[in-house]
Amino acid sequence: MTTFDFLLQGLGTALDPLILMYALIGVTLGTAVGVLPGIGPALTVALLLPVTYGLDPAGSLIMFAGIYYGGMYGGSTTSILLNTPGESASIVTALEGNKMARAGRGGPALATAAIGSFVAGLLATLALAFLAPHIVKLALVFGPREYFALMVLAFVTVSAAFGESTMKGLTSLFVGLALAIVGIDGLTGQARLSFGVPQLLDGIEVTTLAVAMFAVGEALFVSAQAAGLQDKVHAIKGSVAMTREDWSRSWRPWLRGTAIGFPIGAMPAGGADIASFLSYGAEKRFAKHPEEFGHGAIEGVAGPEAANNAAAAGTLVPLLTLGLPTTATAAIMLAGFQQFGLQPGPLLFATAPQLVWGLIASLLIANVMLLVLNLPLIRLWVKLLTIPRPWLYAGILLFATLGTIGLNPSPVELSMLMIFGVMGYLMRLHAYPIAPVVVGLILGPMAEAQLRRALSISQGDWSTLVSTPLAAGLLLVALAALVIPPLMRWRGKGAVLAQIAGDED
Amino acid sequence: MSGFEPATGRRPDGAAFIIAAVLAALGTLLIWQGRAIPDKGGYAGIGSGDLPVFIGICLWALAVAHVWKGLRHGATGIPRQQPVPVMFIIGGLALQLLLLKPLGFSIASGLLFACTAAAFGKRNFAISLPVGIGFALVVYGVFDQLLKLNLPAGFLETLIFGG
Repeated sequence: MTTFDFLLQGLGTALDPLILMYALIGVTLGTAVGVLPGIGPALTVALLLPVTYGLDPAGSLIMFAGIYYGGMYGGSTTSILLNTPGESASIVTALEGNKMARAGRGGPALATAAIGSFVAGLLATLALAFLAPHIVKLALVFGPREYFALMVLAFVTVSAAFGESTMKGLTSLFVGLALAIVGIDGLTGQARLSFGVPQLLDGIEVTTLAVAMFAVGEALFVSAQAAGLQDKVHAIKGSVAMTREDWSRSWRPWLRGTAIGFPIGAMPAGGADIASFLSYGAEKRFAKHPEEFGHGAIEGVAGPEAANNAAAAGTLVPLLTLGLPTTATAAIMLAGFQQFGLQPGPLLFATAPQLVWGLIASLLIANVMLLVLNLPLIRLWVKLLTIPRPWLYAGILLFATLGTIGLNPSPVELSMLMIFGVMGYLMRLHAYPIAPVVVGLILGPMAEAQLRRALSISQGDWSTLVSTPLAAGLLLVALAALVIPPLMRWRGKGAVLAQIAGDED
Repeated sequence: MSGFEPATGRRPDGAAFIIAAVLAALGTLLIWQGRAIPDKGGYAGIGSGDLPVFIGICLWALAVAHVWKGLRHGATGIPRQQPVPVMFIIGGLALQLLLLKPLGFSIASGLLFACTAAAFGKRNFAISLPVGIGFALVVYGVFDQLLKLNLPAGFLETLIFGG
């Protein structure tokens, strides 16, 4: 069967009314959390993991993917109207979008963001569908050493390649790896770092860590800043329709943004925020009116918004085909797969084709839903921005603890929530990135298992790790990604890297 | 953040030293625990205890890097933090932790809700506590009764939703 047949079959699954329901819930929730400052898609998926335990696996995973896509759409609304990005990938959108809103052109800015997201989401999801089978074929020749090399590369790109300090990124990563050691070693059954506490034998739950870091840490951080954070919401004046000129200035940035975003998401090279920064830079260079940049250029909204949606779809390529998460949201979605006893990777395409293709097809439908939710209904979402902060954060924390209590209502688990929450706050305060901790926690045990498997096969010969061109090449790229950024900083080009700092989503 | 400010004077960065100490302590813990595992590693040559030791060594290296950086670059100012809201939220979490079993989900979570609201400026508990408990009851109804998530019930839940 060709990809096309599989996709049609997937559409059959996706059009099931119940699955459509899940997708609709996902995109609605996703848009809401994208709009609300302070919660992103990673946190929302983490919160919902325990709740979906008893639900249908395919439906739940489709809901999670819908949240991821929806978050990317909704984030632009906050950026444009409030100048506070709803999620990290929308930081650049705020640069031009908010200027447009101040000039009374908020409507067209929202429209180009939504339609750009739609175009990018659609194209990137199709690219995912057609690329995935090829990567699966490639992945079938992967042995433990290739997987290990790939994970090392993911570690480096998530923690060290971008951001203002390699040291801080690596510190976050190794704290995550240290936390990953806690519990029973999957290969030998040896208990490690559990100190006789039975609850620790299961290891540290990804959901607990993610919820603590993202929700509790964020709430602590925001509350501890001096007052006066409530920004002014710019009302949407006039219609959201775009003029002929807006269209002609937007369509090229949409396509360029997609072309930039998808590969960046698909390679283990960091998340959507990096793609949107690169797209912004590209638009600035290609623009016919570069003098408008900084004063509300529509290209500066269209390109990055397309790029961050394309990158979100791109992230699903390594996640579905290799089981390799490259962003915090993808890491938590991986935990979601594992919760249902599914291991994403090449085998999943053979053992559960209906689920995989249903998921991909649902994403196409989710995009259409999101366009409807985000254009005609935009005024409804803007109302969300008027929720007073005390109630908003009180609600967020209640839901944050709900997930943990539902999963395991033990004092140990809740204490961990509190401790990691304080840790998340302190890390934010001192500008340590959060995503490497989460990725380290979930990828750490997988990388360890692959390493030990590879060494078992070679009977302890370490040269096996670089004995195939692919594994050696991947490790070489990882080394370059580790060494080059500090050199660039040392040569005085650090500002560029600090700008494209990878953040949590 | 004002990261590009030149280091003021020669005051070393105190925070970096504290972080270095924490990393070193964590590293020591990992090395100690890893060494304590009696595992020769079989065919692979590395066993359960070796990865913890490796990570511990890396944490030590990062601790050294922190000390070096703290001495060399001096303190970068972090924005002034307000301690009271942080205490409110941590207190709310602690209250929920302690009261979850005896009083049930709704009252414990309602307290957390009210404490968080207080951290963000709504200090009137006469309003925020009932709102919080009411909200938590709705959440309990939806998640425990409809979605079959097992939440600890107290007298309030038993009274409203039955045993």
